[in-house]
Amino acid sequence: MTVLAIVEHDRGTITPASFGVLTAARNLAKQMGAKFEALTIGANADALSEVISKYGATTIHQAHNSALLDFGPDAWGESIAQVVRKITPQLVISSGTERGHEIIAQAAARLDLPAAMNCLEFDKNFTGTEPLKVVRARWGGSLMEESQIDAPIKLVTLANHIVEGVEDPTNSQIAVIEVELDDSVKQTFVQDRVERVAGVTLATSPVVVSGGRGVGSAEAFAPLEELAGLLNGVVGCSRAVTNNGWRNHTDQVGQTGTRIAPDIYIACGISGAIQHWVGAMASKNILAINIDPQANIVTKAGYAVIGDLHVVVPAISAEIRRRKNL
Amino acid sequence: MNILVCVKRVPAPGARINITPDAQQVDTAFLGFTVSPHEECAVEQAVQLIEKHGGDVTVLTLGPVEAEEQLRTAVSTGVAKAVLVPIDTQDWDPQRTAHALASVIAELEVANGKYDLILFGNESADSCGYQVGIRTALKLGRPIVNGAKGLELENGIATVRRESDAGVEIYKLKTPACVGVKEGINLPRYPTMKGRLASKKVAITQNAATGNEGGLKLITLRRPPERASNTKILGTGPDAASAVVDLLEELGVFK
Amino acid sequence: MSEFPTKAKCVVIGAGIVGNCLVGHLAKLGWTDMVQIDKGPLPNPGGSTGHASNFIFPTDHNKEMALLTLASQKQYIEMGMNNTCGGIEVARNPERLEEFNRRMTSAKSWGIDAKLLSPAEVKELVPFINEKIVLGGFYTPSVSCVDSLQTGTLMREGAMKSGNLNVFANTEVLDLEVENGTIKAVVTNKGRIEAEYVVVACGVWSPRIAKMAGANIPLTPAVHQMADVGPIDILQKSNAEVAYPIVRDMDTFCYERQTAGSMEVGSYAHRAIFMHPDDIPSNEASALSPTELPLTQDDFDPQMEQAIELMEMLGDAEIKYAINGLLSLTPDAMPVLGETVEVKNLWSAAAVWIKEGPGIAQLVAEWMTYGYPHLCDPHSSDISRFYAHEKTDHHIYARCDEHFNKTYGIVHPREQWATQRNMRRSPFYAREEAAGATFFDARGWERPQWFASNEKLVKKFASACEPRAHEWDARWWSPITNAEHLQMRESVGMVDLTAFNEFDFTGPGTMKFLQYMCVNNVDVEVGRSVYTPLLTPGGGFRGDLTIMRLAMDHFRVITGAFDGGRDNYWFNRHMPQDGSVKFTDMSSSLCTIGVWGPNAEKTMAKATQNINAEGKLVPFDVSQKNFPYGSVREVLIDGVPATMFRISYVGENGWEVYTKMEHGLRMWDSIAKAGEEFEIIPVGMGVYAVTGRIEKGYRLMGAELESEYNPVEAGLNRAKVKTADFIGKAEYLKAREEKPCAVMCTLEMIDNTSKSGIKRFPTGGNEPILTKTGERIVDTKGRVSRVTTAGAAPSLGKYLLLAYLTPEHAVEGNELRVMYMNELFPVRVARVGSQPVFDPTDARMKS
Repeated sequence: MTVLAIVEHDRGTITPASFGVLTAARNLAKQMGAKFEALTIGANADALSEVISKYGATTIHQAHNSALLDFGPDAWGESIAQVVRKITPQLVISSGTERGHEIIAQAAARLDLPAAMNCLEFDKNFTGTEPLKVVRARWGGSLMEESQIDAPIKLVTLANHIVEGVEDPTNSQIAVIEVELDDSVKQTFVQDRVERVAGVTLATSPVVVSGGRGVGSAEAFAPLEELAGLLNGVVGCSRAVTNNGWRNHTDQVGQTGTRIAPDIYIACGISGAIQHWVGAMASKNILAINIDPQANIVTKAGYAVIGDLHVVVPAISAEIRRRKNL
Repeated sequence: MNILVCVKRVPAPGARINITPDAQQVDTAFLGFTVSPHEECAVEQAVQLIEKHGGDVTVLTLGPVEAEEQLRTAVSTGVAKAVLVPIDTQDWDPQRTAHALASVIAELEVANGKYDLILFGNESADSCGYQVGIRTALKLGRPIVNGAKGLELENGIATVRRESDAGVEIYKLKTPACVGVKEGINLPRYPTMKGRLASKKVAITQNAATGNEGGLKLITLRRPPERASNTKILGTGPDAASAVVDLLEELGVFK
Repeated sequence: MSEFPTKAKCVVIGAGIVGNCLVGHLAKLGWTDMVQIDKGPLPNPGGSTGHASNFIFPTDHNKEMALLTLASQKQYIEMGMNNTCGGIEVARNPERLEEFNRRMTSAKSWGIDAKLLSPAEVKELVPFINEKIVLGGFYTPSVSCVDSLQTGTLMREGAMKSGNLNVFANTEVLDLEVENGTIKAVVTNKGRIEAEYVVVACGVWSPRIAKMAGANIPLTPAVHQMADVGPIDILQKSNAEVAYPIVRDMDTFCYERQTAGSMEVGSYAHRAIFMHPDDIPSNEASALSPTELPLTQDDFDPQMEQAIELMEMLGDAEIKYAINGLLSLTPDAMPVLGETVEVKNLWSAAAVWIKEGPGIAQLVAEWMTYGYPHLCDPHSSDISRFYAHEKTDHHIYARCDEHFNKTYGIVHPREQWATQRNMRRSPFYAREEAAGATFFDARGWERPQWFASNEKLVKKFASACEPRAHEWDARWWSPITNAEHLQMRESVGMVDLTAFNEFDFTGPGTMKFLQYMCVNNVDVEVGRSVYTPLLTPGGGFRGDLTIMRLAMDHFRVITGAFDGGRDNYWFNRHMPQDGSVKFTDMSSSLCTIGVWGPNAEKTMAKATQNINAEGKLVPFDVSQKNFPYGSVREVLIDGVPATMFRISYVGENGWEVYTKMEHGLRMWDSIAKAGEEFEIIPVGMGVYAVTGRIEKGYRLMGAELESEYNPVEAGLNRAKVKTADFIGKAEYLKAREEKPCAVMCTLEMIDNTSKSGIKRFPTGGNEPILTKTGERIVDTKGRVSRVTTAGAAPSLGKYLLLAYLTPEHAVEGNELRVMYMNELFPVRVARVGSQPVFDPTDARMKS
């Protein structure tokens, strides 16, 4: 029996979510008494075998094809499908990210197998051949679904930020698999890429200073920008803000925006609707600044300041400057 | 140009989603219904594309007959045709849904010709399956890219912009093609009063569909455990600034 | 945040416009140690206030509502929360133009500046209106938009700053504890608070909360649909929250109100949609708020078409927000205010709209502080007005369903309910139905207004029974009433008075108790009666009734159907707690027939027997000598034990005859048979309540008699004041020392021919009495002269009006004007004070 972890990477750089996937796959393999194997797609990811072996994969499959130079959902999905057909694992697990969902869905469609995305828990008694019970996130995490995957091969993605990467090194074997890709799957490769300007992103920044309807206008985000700058963080916002056209959707934290897990999330003038909360709830610490002590976000946050953000935020910036002697 | 947009009727819940006593569904007794935000944007994108290039948008849903409401809402924002695939439940599992959609789309295309683009939402707001669009596209033998935050159509090529941590990726798909759209691609318009009234007069086509149940079965729904929180109030007003910066120091985010 | 208290003087539940303004007013009146809670967050806890359209059209035909609205608007102005934008009601139908004339009249009464507009003038003020479908407009420049949330916040914070109030949001009431019929504590999810007073100001949730204490607040949450559409160029360019007058499209029951760059379209035209308070979703489970439910689009579509018809620009505007908003509806469309009848010190301040919120909060605060409001008489908002059958969901849904679409309707002052009829029938109903009675509803009772069987008398009294030329004046009216009136005055008539309420008080403390309740001395001989007002602590009218002394410690109070509930509460509320008085409501046990007219004595002489000292059944001597006016006797009528009470509300010799319900029909037939030779006829309430009464200048509770007026002003003060203390005595004594600044007068119309050449008959719906130059007459207490009752005086060939006048105008023979349907008619003061126009010496009653 085999548990196969799909290692998500970007042009050869492993993505943070993959460490959780490798760890979860290893744990599940242990539980099932199965082998834990991993798959990288494209020769540009071959070098990842070193880091993957630290997570204990006994075999690392390396899907090769000259066309696999960058990400492409059809090509990646087809590659996974071919590897799965070849090694027939009992369980295939990928990251709960945009790419992770997409390639698992692609592979599942090609294999005509069910797939369960954003799994939070797996049946602790699962042995490998029976239907697998999972708990997965619905409604962006505001509801949980217990469901059952009834198929010889179970395809899942692991919800992000659920399992932390824990190393358990081994000496991995490398198995190169040449996959065949026809023209039809090649057309969805990334054709071009506009690189993000270097720096932290909303998804990765350890500090996010976020504003909601209470900020009041696009201009009124200036003090939040200042505070974020002082903390080397980024500015986020709620859906109300993007709907009002105050900020771009790329800054939106929430179910249909970006899911974040910073060290601290500073929520200013945000009421804390569920759609927002599910995007921010993985934050390690939450500080709410709100005029209403009864606001949802205040009752859910670990820390709160009761007051008008337009006064409180500049005061915090001033205090930081004072301590930094700026 | 012909564009098809697939949408799903979903409840519009509040901050707490209640579940029916049998734990099989969301309690929608006093909830309104909508389509997922991603799909609202897909409809808007389709309408914008035909406003630019000419043609027709058709909206398709598989759902209870009440989903007619969502179809009419789409029609009231500029969609020309609406097709309902009625089923007895709120939804079907992803494999079954994709099977049904693909066969209905095939039927529609026999009658109307191929759709240049078939749009889906990136994932549904309720079940968050992330797969119906992809499965349907593959059954139709068409390329699909999800996560579209930009979509242009020129000379039979659909250019998709998609955001990743690394930057903005560009995909180019030869039509006919499928795209999974994400919120943020546009700001969807609301129906106008005239649009709403006109939408009532549009005939909604019904296509029957079948399909075998897939391998993912819902057992129960439950609400996640309430995050027990004992909020520490650091202070009131600007006087709290010092306590806030102490906290930031403690957490190591301010050195 | 302060600790959750365990004790408070007063807990106010609800932080909408009512709860917030109430704590503000209570604090101003000196209340301390108050706690206000709401289950939602602040400043918008999710009730109806949060989605209100927040505009005020001050004109109302109902005096109470008009005064409360004006008082509210004044408060909004004082707090800087009133944004005057003007408002136009537009007519699409000719009937509506007539209604505008009536609205002009009511506006005049309350001193509201208003103007009728031509379609072109409407267009000038509202350039985007389609004036082609508009027949005219009723323009009120003082119409305003208010910020109800901010007003509430200011009121609440004012009370907090004064140190008299603690506020707790997100605090849900789980139970209300009652001990010995008195509110004891409020149990919440944050803890239990013992409280002396508890006020339910929970809007649509009020019934649910009251029920926790076993009390009833009869209202239902109901849907009012509204949509916000925009952006719209012309509105955006105005750069203002409201630059254009609010338009009420009266004939489609729809309004258009600018909100900055968009237009809010609201509807009262859709089907009535109700919800049970228990079914309203929680704040957390609501997509918007608990009272902003998803729009049921099909219901709203017809309104959108009509809105586009009126303002074409709306068609291309986007529907940004559309809801089935919940508001409170009551069975009679009036608020539900006052102490609950079931639980002492548990108060209701519910079914209140934004336009009257602050005024009602003031009124309730005064009520709680002084024992009765000062602002105005809460007569038709009083929670104790409801009878048992009126508190059921069945009744609430039926009546609300009936009146919801009348929100913008043209409702005649005499208009009758179509639903929930035949709830209560007298034993005589079958006879009345056979006589072709047209029944009017009196709080569930079916009362004949007139009888088709008396149609033949219309010919007999043709000159006094002319039909009314104007349909409005003739609506819910018949010339038969005048014929019945004259036949009664000529011979004898019998009136079904079963709707009366009878309260029996027995026990050793009864005399003392009733002395305390009543103005006039009730310590009369057994077999005698007393007419007496009940006063508020402020000395105004609280009740008006007669009391029979049936035995030393047995008194029977008689009051009318429209005041039974209120009087029942008032007596109950003041009952001694030592058990010395027993109160038995006999209203459902007794039926009553009034027999009046010159031949009443002969009729009853034939019908009545008693058992003499020898134990023999003999005719009873009903002569004035044996049975004088005001006395009460037990008799037998065809074997039926009955109580005869010699009194009259129509100015004729005769009796109110009481017997048990089950004997009623037999008694009716017996009297009818005895009266046959005198051509006795059944007489309807048209005579009893209007023509007979007004000829005699008899005052009616709720019309002439209101808490704003005292017995001196009403002309009902007696020569002497009893020594015993009674409620309102101090104020009554004071009023007797002062020269009244208004006195009740009877006026006669000099000429009721309108400009159009037809005769008009005011309905008695607060039409203003004006000087000859058309100026309002306002007394030094700020009360306006207006018609409290109007009706024909068939015996005099006149049309009479009752109104309070200031002393300089209250001069017999003085000529004034009455405004009716926006037209002035000359009137003359016929009587000042209580002396009747007809039979001024009351000779007919006592001969």
